[in-house]
Amino acid sequence: MGKRVLITGLATFWGGLAAKALEADPGVDVIIGLDTREPTIELERTEYVRTDENYSILSRIVRAAQIDTIVHTFLVVDSTMMRAKTMHEINVIGTMNLFAAASQAGSTVRDVVVKSSTYVYGAAKEDPVWFDELTPRSHSPRRRVERSLDAVEGYVRDFAIDNPHVNVTMLRFSNVLGPDIVTPVSRALELPLVPKLAGFDPRFQFVHEDDVIRAMLFVLAEGLPGIYNVAGDGLLPWTEVAKICGKRTIALPPYGASWAAVPLRMFGVELPDELLDLLRYGRGADNRRLKEAGFRYSYTSAGAVEAFIEATRLRTNVGSTQPTYRYERDVEQFFRHSPAVVRDHES
Amino acid sequence: MSPSEPEEAHEAARVEAAIAETAAALAHVAELADETASLVHVPRTETDDEPLPDPRRSDVDEWGRSEHMRSIARRMYQPVYERWFRATWEGLEHIPTDGGALLVANHAAAVPSDAPVIMHGIETELERPVYGLADQLFKSLPVVGTYWARLGGVVAHPDNAYRLLREQNQLVLVFPEGSKGPGKTWNQRYRLRRFGRGGFVEIAMRAGVPVIPIAVMGAEESMPIVWKSSLAAKATGLPYFPVTANQLVFGPVLGAVAYFPAKFKLRVLPPITFDVPPDQDRYSKSRIMDEAEKVREQIQSALYDMLRERRSVWFG
Repeated sequence: MGKRVLITGLATFWGGLAAKALEADPGVDVIIGLDTREPTIELERTEYVRTDENYSILSRIVRAAQIDTIVHTFLVVDSTMMRAKTMHEINVIGTMNLFAAASQAGSTVRDVVVKSSTYVYGAAKEDPVWFDELTPRSHSPRRRVERSLDAVEGYVRDFAIDNPHVNVTMLRFSNVLGPDIVTPVSRALELPLVPKLAGFDPRFQFVHEDDVIRAMLFVLAEGLPGIYNVAGDGLLPWTEVAKICGKRTIALPPYGASWAAVPLRMFGVELPDELLDLLRYGRGADNRRLKEAGFRYSYTSAGAVEAFIEATRLRTNVGSTQPTYRYERDVEQFFRHSPAVVRDHES
Repeated sequence: MSPSEPEEAHEAARVEAAIAETAAALAHVAELADETASLVHVPRTETDDEPLPDPRRSDVDEWGRSEHMRSIARRMYQPVYERWFRATWEGLEHIPTDGGALLVANHAAAVPSDAPVIMHGIETELERPVYGLADQLFKSLPVVGTYWARLGGVVAHPDNAYRLLREQNQLVLVFPEGSKGPGKTWNQRYRLRRFGRGGFVEIAMRAGVPVIPIAVMGAEESMPIVWKSSLAAKATGLPYFPVTANQLVFGPVLGAVAYFPAKFKLRVLPPITFDVPPDQDRYSKSRIMDEAEKVREQIQSALYDMLRERRSVWFG
């Protein structure tokens, strides 16, 4: 019997890509995607279920569809996307409810993959250059996205302890760059002048978006439990990142930078506090644990930056190369359930 | 997507076939080489673990050190090292030319002049890099922190030291006195402070590398502290806030950067190895403290020895 997968955050960048990647896997029988919004990319056989952001109907879905695998991608890492309260609802309350549903009596869930972030390590002057999966943070988290992810990881740990028969994998992704993803870092690098903090040139690490998806599929296929950093090889000074992008930098005052970032917001430049911390101290995540498990990256940190900027250049020249897609419930229902449709993956 | 895709796929297949053919031919040649031993040995290439393309634009390594910046700094610092401090070494042969080692030295001068002298001396004499462990305070200072890192400064975190020593076989310099060494006043010169909590011994044990003590004479007189303000230190967040003799002579601004031309003499003592297996979770705390104290005593007595021989602060 194939896998029966539930994906949270189907309409998010990662949820959609994960669903698409899993659709190509013949070992996956059923894919159910939850989200508050409609999917943003075209999907073949994934079933979309609309929920509220804290998944009140989740336990019914898990039971009814006999879900055995949960891919929890609906975790907000970009704090500029929404208000603090919404982020708390999605990340903390959502995860809490998700695990409550997954750990109810008679639950069929056997594999859980959670997409966390290296933001849980923070960025401080006391930090080591490399964080491995067991290195503690230097200070308790102050930034709201870090606090939020910290609470999420707490629930994941509790769930793993309470359910030793479930393979729980937590992937901590470093800053993601690539052709399609938009993050505060990618927006900063697309500005005519790349902001930096005067006098600071910390080292950054990146992971290519393809490697993010590949890592998720890899741990699912291998059934690897535990925590893994997912980050490309190498640390690059921020000015070198700008140089690879062919950009010049503009210096913000090193003190009171979060105040200096306020007027920038009016021009659509969002530099959240957690990014300002990175622009001051940088961060490295030791990626050897996942490599030792057999994962092979397809991009280094510098390679991810280059892939990002090449795609950006292409886009500025010819516009978006992605086909636009709008979810139509009736059409999607027809393709999935009408007897008139010949479905080759069943043959 | 694009109409040229099938063409591209076809092209890719052709290239692949060609590569396979070449590989087969190469393998055949290699076999021949094995048989006849008359041909040049062709190393078999591992296609699986080929390095990924890495379009770097600078030579800044993972620690923030840049050999390019370092070489510029060496060129600029050479006259200071050679003419101003006239640094001379004794026992340089104790520092290995390869493999990791933890260099441990006494620390002095309000703005420590010993770290650049040691790092410059070893890099020019032995032609291998030295990473200097230092307080995280440096990392938080704009401009200074960046140059500090580019020139080989690393935050003194046990994980950093372990990785440098054990995994990368580098030379690492540490001043176990920390800021208490440079922060002492003139009348306390050459009296070594407590060697921290012996963390440096534990790191050397865990990394399985020797500790190499270095006694430095001259730094104390290059920028002695005449008076300290604990109030100003508290207000600025600095570990100490000194008024130096240099400031009394050269004025408050120039005196903060200009050293007196004290003669530098450095003595490298024989390496100390600890008879313990590396990579243990715990090491005996009392043993660590004992060893740390022994290292401190060695450096202290070497300094007394050197001071006994010294006729002049300025001429050695």
